[in-house]
Amino acid sequence: MSALQTVKFYQTGTFTVGNRLLAPEERSVQANMQRTNSLNSGHRACQGCGEALGARYAIDAAMNATNRQLIAANATGCLEVFSTPYPETSWQIPWIHSLFGNTAAVATGIAAAIKVKKQKGQGQDVCVVAQGGDGGTTDIGFGCLSGMFERNDDVLYICYDNGGYMNTGVQRSSATPSAARTATTMPLGPEPGNPFGQGKFVPAIAMAHEIPYVATATVADLRDLENKVTKAMSLRGARYIHILVPCPLGWGTASHDTIRMARLAKETGIFPVFEAEHGELKSALAIRRPLPVEEYLRPQKRFAHLFGKNPAVETIARIQAQADKNIRRYGLLSKEAA
Amino acid sequence: MLKQCEGSHAVAEAVALCRPEVICAYPISPQTHIVEGIGEMVKSGELKDCEFINVESEFAAMSVAIGSSAAGARTYTATASQGLLYMVEAVYNASGLGLPIVMTVANRAIGAPINIWNDHSDSLSQRDCGWVQLFAETNQEALDLHIQAFKLAEEISLPVMVCMDGFILTHAYERVDMPTQEQVDAFLPPYEPRQVLDVNEPVSIGAMVGPEAFMEVRYLAHAKQMQALERIPQLAAEFKSVFGRESGGLIRSYRTEDAETIVIAMGSVLGTIKDTVDEMREAGHKIGVLGITSFRPFPLVEVAAALKHCKRFVVLEKSLAVGIGGIVATNVRMAVTGMGLKGYTVVAGLGGRAITMKSLTGLFEKAGRDELDPVNFLDLDWKVVNKQLEREREKRRTGPAAEAMLRDVGAVAARNY
Amino acid sequence: MFQVRIHGRGGQGVVTAAEMLSIAAFDEGRHAQAFPSFGSERTGAPVVAFCRIADKEIRLREPIMAPDAIIIQDPTLLHQVDVFAGLKKDGYILINTTKTFEQLGLGDFVRDWHPERLCTVSATELSLKHVGRPVPNVPLLGGFAAVSGIIKLESVVMAIRDKFSGKVADGNIAAATEAYDIVVAEMREALTHHA
Repeated sequence: MSALQTVKFYQTGTFTVGNRLLAPEERSVQANMQRTNSLNSGHRACQGCGEALGARYAIDAAMNATNRQLIAANATGCLEVFSTPYPETSWQIPWIHSLFGNTAAVATGIAAAIKVKKQKGQGQDVCVVAQGGDGGTTDIGFGCLSGMFERNDDVLYICYDNGGYMNTGVQRSSATPSAARTATTMPLGPEPGNPFGQGKFVPAIAMAHEIPYVATATVADLRDLENKVTKAMSLRGARYIHILVPCPLGWGTASHDTIRMARLAKETGIFPVFEAEHGELKSALAIRRPLPVEEYLRPQKRFAHLFGKNPAVETIARIQAQADKNIRRYGLLSKEAA
Repeated sequence: MLKQCEGSHAVAEAVALCRPEVICAYPISPQTHIVEGIGEMVKSGELKDCEFINVESEFAAMSVAIGSSAAGARTYTATASQGLLYMVEAVYNASGLGLPIVMTVANRAIGAPINIWNDHSDSLSQRDCGWVQLFAETNQEALDLHIQAFKLAEEISLPVMVCMDGFILTHAYERVDMPTQEQVDAFLPPYEPRQVLDVNEPVSIGAMVGPEAFMEVRYLAHAKQMQALERIPQLAAEFKSVFGRESGGLIRSYRTEDAETIVIAMGSVLGTIKDTVDEMREAGHKIGVLGITSFRPFPLVEVAAALKHCKRFVVLEKSLAVGIGGIVATNVRMAVTGMGLKGYTVVAGLGGRAITMKSLTGLFEKAGRDELDPVNFLDLDWKVVNKQLEREREKRRTGPAAEAMLRDVGAVAARNY
Repeated sequence: MFQVRIHGRGGQGVVTAAEMLSIAAFDEGRHAQAFPSFGSERTGAPVVAFCRIADKEIRLREPIMAPDAIIIQDPTLLHQVDVFAGLKKDGYILINTTKTFEQLGLGDFVRDWHPERLCTVSATELSLKHVGRPVPNVPLLGGFAAVSGIIKLESVVMAIRDKFSGKVADGNIAAATEAYDIVVAEMREALTHHA
């Protein structure tokens, strides 16, 4: 009989206590003194910005995984605007912003240049990350994204999904959830908010391209996010990570609730968190105790029209059905919950 | 080495001799043979250390080019017509970022109505996009201009568009003198970027610039084009010393010494005009030709000097600024402001309408007698136009105009002779 | 300057024929310019290609409206396209057919023309025989070398080697050579008959 493990009477894996008690290699990149602060402090993001948080963790993890050999291409949007109010820039890495809809293609070009330079013995092995919001990814940049996937270009594309065009004043995108209020889907008329039966879930479309790696993550579980970025950087070819990043402004939530909202999105099944390789689902973050979608919807002003004196019971039920479908489709229930 | 080959093929070989590192390819007639040719060279290994990327649109083509150029690679692409329009946002971005991409535009009309044939509407729609625009008269010049374009682009950090007439040049087999790799290497040094995405020296490229500096940044683009104005003739001279032939430059005059009438044009139609002028000279007409090679930057001073001793000029252009007349003509008029010259605009050859010596002779004779209108349309079928206008006066629902006019012309299939 | 217009149908190698003719002329040290009619034509549709041959640089870019010679790769075009438009009187005509000019109904049109400039050759059959495919363009170039005298058969052979290789090149050379011989014989007969 092998030696028994000693029982550890402390909790790991949370940021409040866990990191210091973990072995250094298991610690978060952010717990590392050597972290790169790729997206440095002092940027102009809103208080409680999910995208800023997600980008900092994602890019630092990518820097860590590539030994700081990283170039980033950035779509137009909040992340671009708040990070580079020139002459100030928060980026500690080589970074380029070209247009709203072409980031995946720009990244392809960078990767091609790196490949040629390396062939010629003029350059190092440098990795390329492309990043954009949901508008720049699922709408205007979708053609270039699909092209990059289909050619299996050596790029990790990260989408920070906050469900709308927040930079331009909260308009609807194809990632805006059903029933959500935006400036272009007002809570008026017989079907208030964003219509049901519209929108697209790009991670599933990415999987249909059979690219080496597709993952989703939220800013509620930053270790999971770091792990996925690290894994993505260990692979070559086209990779896609779709991160749910709550937007206090667009969602009408409190700044201090960003992480809680992300966690609720996951725990209700509204946002499935999973990994896929070459088009096949590999794993999913389990929901231990599924919560009703109402718990996720109620704190958000963009869904306020569903509640109040005459709650839109039917609409909430339709959203619940969407969450249930996600749970079934991606096998999100943990064994104990099932 | 002299060889008889297709214009597209000549350009493909010339581009390959420039040792490009990234090529973005998206098909559109009549540019397609060029990237096909380069693709073949990459695939066969003839062109080494070059990434050939089949992109999903022209917008992606220029975007990939932006990425690779910003990462320090010598980058090339080609397009035409709708393709150029589809990539416009990225076209402006490339020049705004100061990336020395070289792009061939195989000039073709813009729809609607859809038309695959040659005119200059596509390139000229981008005259203010910040790219240098050079127009080739022959396949030899198209080939040569590409070699000069890389050097110019990289020196001044601006993208360069080499414009060659679609089909008329791209699909024409004619004699070209293909330079050797040694000659091109002697002329064109390796690309040394002014700015580059480098992990050892991180920079942010493409930041937002507010009102406090935007004018200055934009002015710099203009200043660079003014630098190009100086460099283009110098490069042509340097080119001549290495390759032994005249190619490029800002403008080129032909038999203008004592000319009373000077015809101004760009691209391959200059050949037909020169033949016409030769015949008219024999018949005693004092007529000459001014070819404009560099449309952007526009050589105002040089054009004014070339027209100094004439009585009138005729700008023959394959483009139409709807609502005013000519595009090239407007630029030429700017050059001759205050010179007291008579000037005529002639819109010709739109959508591949053949420009014939016969029509040109009639036109130039009329010009010599000052019988032209300020704006003229060469070989326009007024009957067809008037019939349609009449129809539209008579009745509300006249249907699609293009189709109605095709019916009047009696064309069973598109053709150009 | 000698100007040739080639009429055929999409898939018959009309454009290639014009290009090869220009290569043949180039091989003889002359200037040549070949270009197609630039349509987005499909297989079977009427196609036109042009070739100019001269001893100095060719600057002219207009389509060839008054050709010195016409090559017709498909005689069914005679009923569809005004193939002889602008052809100079006493110009050269070479038609891919097994019929005669009379049988094609062209007798009146060329009544008083030089008979040795009006030739036919069954190029499709020659192509089938030597190459195994019904592509009449190359044998017609052999025949054209004979009837026009503007280029040598050897130059056509060089152009064939430039465009094709191996068996296809050999077959095409055989077909072009046979077409050349047929046309030479035809011309001789026409002259004898005429005299």
